Order: sequence, then structure tokens, then C-alpha cells
Amino acid sequence: MTAEATTEKARIGAPSIAGFTEEGEQLVPSKVDRHHSHGVQVMASRAERLTSHDVADFALPTGREEEWRFTPVRELANLLSDAPSDGDVLNVAVEAPEAFVQRTLRAGEAPRGATLVPADRAAVVASANADEALFIQVPANAELDEPVRVVLTGKGAGRRSNSHVVVEALENSRAVVILEHDGSADHNGNVEVFVREGAQLTVVSVQLWEDDGKHLAQHDAEVAKDAVYKHIAVTLGGKIVRLNSNVRFAGEGAEAELLGLYFADAGQHLEHRSFVDHNVANCTSNVLYKGALQGKGAHTVWVGDVLIQKQAEGTDSYEKNQNLVLTDGCRADSVPNLEIETGLIEGAGHASATGRFDDEHLFYLMARGIPEDVARRLVVRGFLNEIIQKIKVPALEERLTEAVERELAAGDN
Amino acid sequence: MSTLEIKDLHVSIETEQGTKEILKGVSLTIRTGETHAIMGPNGSGKSTLASTIAGHPRYTVTSGSITLDGEDVLEMSVDERARAGVFLAMQYPVEVPGVTMTNFLRTAKTAIDGQAPALRTWTKDVKSAMEQLRINADFAQRNVNEGFSGGEKKRVEILQLELFKPKFAVLDETDSGLDVDALKVVSEGVNRAHAQGNMGTLLITHYTRILRYIKPDFVHVFVDGQVVEEGGPELADRLEEEGYDRYVKGAGSAVAAPAAAQA
Repeated sequence: MTAEATTEKARIGAPSIAGFTEEGEQLVPSKVDRHHSHGVQVMASRAERLTSHDVADFALPTGREEEWRFTPVRELANLLSDAPSDGDVLNVAVEAPEAFVQRTLRAGEAPRGATLVPADRAAVVASANADEALFIQVPANAELDEPVRVVLTGKGAGRRSNSHVVVEALENSRAVVILEHDGSADHNGNVEVFVREGAQLTVVSVQLWEDDGKHLAQHDAEVAKDAVYKHIAVTLGGKIVRLNSNVRFAGEGAEAELLGLYFADAGQHLEHRSFVDHNVANCTSNVLYKGALQGKGAHTVWVGDVLIQKQAEGTDSYEKNQNLVLTDGCRADSVPNLEIETGLIEGAGHASATGRFDDEHLFYLMARGIPEDVARRLVVRGFLNEIIQKIKVPALEERLTEAVERELAAGDN
Repeated sequence: MSTLEIKDLHVSIETEQGTKEILKGVSLTIRTGETHAIMGPNGSGKSTLASTIAGHPRYTVTSGSITLDGEDVLEMSVDERARAGVFLAMQYPVEVPGVTMTNFLRTAKTAIDGQAPALRTWTKDVKSAMEQLRINADFAQRNVNEGFSGGEKKRVEILQLELFKPKFAVLDETDSGLDVDALKVVSEGVNRAHAQGNMGTLLITHYTRILRYIKPDFVHVFVDGQVVEEGGPELADRLEEEGYDRYVKGAGSAVAAPAAAQA
């Protein structure tokens, strides 16, 4: 039978909601019992999470910390150490108009470091050990027909790679930047994004690592007044991938959309975390991550934080995670966290649903004449297509659709 | 003219208490143009018969045969049976995540016919069939059965029956959970499909009320995995008055279906 657990919290509208004062729910200090932590950090406000450029501020995680509790940290020792890259471990190929690629940025060279302040051990050692950051700057008013494409190819499993990429879309520009990860490495990669006033920028991060690739990442964006930012994480390959996609605002009327698609096979750990910090009034955000799982030990994690700060009146936000479990032996963790410090908002909602594609679904489709392999493809393709079609780069959409089909075919063996 | 022939069918399922025989020798022959009603109390094995014909993996055929124009249906996989012309309108249609009705209907039609339907006529056919069954147009863009009410799911089953044009339709308690209006709409759909003249129908029901709208040629009373009485439409009338009590007592079954109270 279908084992579908669906929780959908009502969207929170105007202030006249029971339990909400005009100041909001005051979740932050009052709801947290700090005396009963049992060694595990209690889920405090996201606003209180430590961020720092200083490696010394972050101890090595044990796996008991709130932000690491789902992650197999024991397999990440190489990635979490304060160590330089192993020589030429990463090949970076950039396809972009020449004028877009600026000199590399060293630590402290503006705008590097202005938006991305590391929020965990992985991110801090990545940036500290990435001497030079690739800097892509989309000129003001530029409108690009072709996407900027950066292909990062790992040249050896277990070899340490640190990188920091800065993308800046100047005023009123429109562009799509695709970061493609393939090959294999222990890759620690940060991405820092500035979407300046009135600009529209889409960043697509595609993880097509080999089976032994590991990848930790923090992608931070700051979205200025009336700007539109879309971040799409597509994770199909790699043994362990953990990608944090964070956004905050620098002016009113800005929009952010954080999207994700992942497909975990046997033995893969694919973790996505998103954080929307509504620190400015009258901004909009939408978060949607969709994942499929198949095979023994396939593990996915989604943790979605949304913080609507006291001053962020007029916020409209929504976040949702949906998972489709295709076989036994998989695990999908899904944690939406919504903190609201003001009741004067347009809307705020979150939802999480994990459904199974099981024998009854299969029987239903087959009883309509549809062969088994077609039935599986139909379901998974339909489910994941909602994200793929938002990329709006036909060539990439096609490649990803094919990659998803390959994942499915691999599961049939 | 096609024939679906069920001969001395024995079917069992695996339960926590071990193997349990549900069907204990069922024989039934349905020909194109005929409507057979199978009636019986809860637990008598009616739905088992329906699911077994469609090939649900839960049911194991221990002996007997099912043939369609001489072809061994039991040798066919579930999808092969559907492509051979067997359609099961399910009692509990499942919600299929990620697949829109439009996509599902076209994919199934293509599989059954062996070629994609001509787009223009197909779209028109779907639209008009939906209208006749009073299915909201926006259902086409929704995922299969997702969030549909019980009655809506049943209408969607009959929509498929009309579009896929099977040789034999097995309707597994299609009437359960329908109010009178919905029952009428659904019955009209079945009658339209039947009126095309190329379909035989096996109508499984607990109640007689659907037989006011769909006229059976034959009525078979099912108790404890066997057909205990057969007759024409008049048998249904008698069941309406008397219920299943005398059969249940006669079969010595522990199934205490208070049919009279439910009729």
C-alpha cells in the first residue's frame, strides 16, 4: 500500500492567526530549553549560528552537532582538515565571454568574503585554503543568450581540492551561470554570489561526480533591491555531497528561489541544506527540493531553514521538500524549520512529503498496459521534471533528463 | 466475438497465519456483449477473482485456468493482460505521484494500442469523455488520482474504460462509495462502453442498486469462494429482498454479513 506521510502546514497569512502576536511567535529565546542539551546542541535560532572567516573558530565536528548530525563525518576527515589542495587536483574550464572573467580574488579582496562568511568547518577550511577565487562578473545591463559554464573536474578520488568562486551580476544584468562538477576528488567548494540591484541571475550547480567523489559546499548569495536570484542544485553523482545554499537580501522587492533535485543510489549520501534569511522587508522566497532514492543505503537529507526577522515585514515565503522512495532500504530525512519574528507578513509556509513508489503503484500502471520499466521512468521523470524545467537551458535540461534515466536504468540491474 | 473463460479456478493468498484458499473452484464464461454480475457478501472472494484476472501479484493461482480466446491469461504479465484486452476498474485506485493524468492516459493508450493515438482526435476524445463523466477539466493536469475523492477516482476508472476500449471489463465494486448522482454518471459510462458492442463486462458488487442502471444478463451469487447460485436478472431482485443470509447459512460460513441491513 502507499505509505505516504504528508504534512502541510497552512500558510500563515496576516497577523490575525491564533498564537501570533504582531511581533510573531517569539520562537527564538523562549522556546529553547538550554538546560537539557545532553551533549547535543539544541536547535536554537538559525540567527545564532556561528559564522567566521577564522578556521580556529570551528572545531572538527563529531557528528553530534545539530548541523552535522545526518552527515557521515567520519568519512570526511580529509575534507575537514585545514589543508591545502593536492596540486593540480581540480581542472577548471570556463566558457564565458572574455570580459566576464576577471582577475582572481585573494582573501580579503573585495567583493570576496563580503557575503560568504563560512558557517561550518568545511566552508572555513575551503576558503582559507583557496588562495585565488575565480571571479565572474556579469557587466551591468548585459543580457546573455548563452549561459556561462564553469566545469570543475576532479582528477583523483581522495585528493583534496579547495575552491572559492565569486559570481557577481551587476545592475540590471541577466545571466545564467552553470557550475558543473565531474570526475572525482575530495572537493571543498564555496560559491559566493552577488545579485546587484535589478539583476536577474540563475546559478545552477550540477554534481555529476564519479561514485567515489566527495563534495562539501557553501553557496551564499546576497540579493539586492528588485533583483531576482535563482539557485538550482542538481545532485546525481558522488559518494557524499553536502551542499548548503543560503541567501539573504540587501534591498526590498528582491526575490529568491532555491531549488534542488537529487537522486540517490545505493550507498550515496546526498545532503542539501537551504537557508533563507529574510533580513529585509518586502522580499519573496520560494524553496523547493525534490529527491528520488533507490537502493540499499541511499540516504538523502534536506534541511530547510527560513528565518523571517522582525524587520522583514511584508515577507512572502514558502518552502517544500518532496521525496520519492523507489525501493526498500533507503532513508530520506526532511526537516523544514520556519522561524517567524513578525506577524506582519504576506505569507510563510512549509511542507514536507515523502512518498513511496511501491508495488501497488506499479500494479496500477501495469494494469493499464504500461510495461514495468516504462512505468518507473514515467513516475520518476514526472516527479523530477518540475525542477529540471525551471533551469530554462534546453541543452542542460536534456542532459539532466538523460542522466536521471541512466540513474533509473542502473537501478534495474 | 471474444470469450473470457474461467475454469475451476483455485486461488490462495499468503497470510500471517499461513496460506489461505480464497477461491475454491470458480468457473465462469463471459462473451462479448454480455454483462455478468457477481454478487456476494463481504469476504466471499469477489474482489480476489477480479484481482486474479488482472494478475495482482498477491494472489496465487493453485489450479484451474483463465483463457482469453484460448490464450492462457495466467501466463501473461500484468501489462500483457491489459494489452490483450483485460481491464480492471479497481475498487481502490491508487494515487500515482509525479504522473499527470494526461501523460498517464496517453502512455497507457499507446501501450495498449501498440502505437501512439493521433493527437488531435485523442485530445478531443479525452475531453468529451471527461465531460460526459463530469470530470473537471483541470484533472487532466493533476497527478493520477492524487487528491481525488473516492467518487472522482471511480469516475476516472470509467474514463479509462471508455478510452482504452478493452475486450473485457472487470468492475470491482465500482459502485461502492458513490452517491446516487455519481452512480448514475458512472453507470452511463459503462453503458456507453458496452453499447459499442465489443466488450464483455464482469460487474462485481455487494449491492443491487447499481443493477438498476446497468442491466446484467446473468447473475452469479458468490459465497465462500464459490458460485452457489446462478440465474438471470430476476435473481438480483430476489437478492434485494432476501439478502445473502440463506446462502451464508447454507455454506456454513463464519462470514456473518448482515446483507439485509445494508441493502
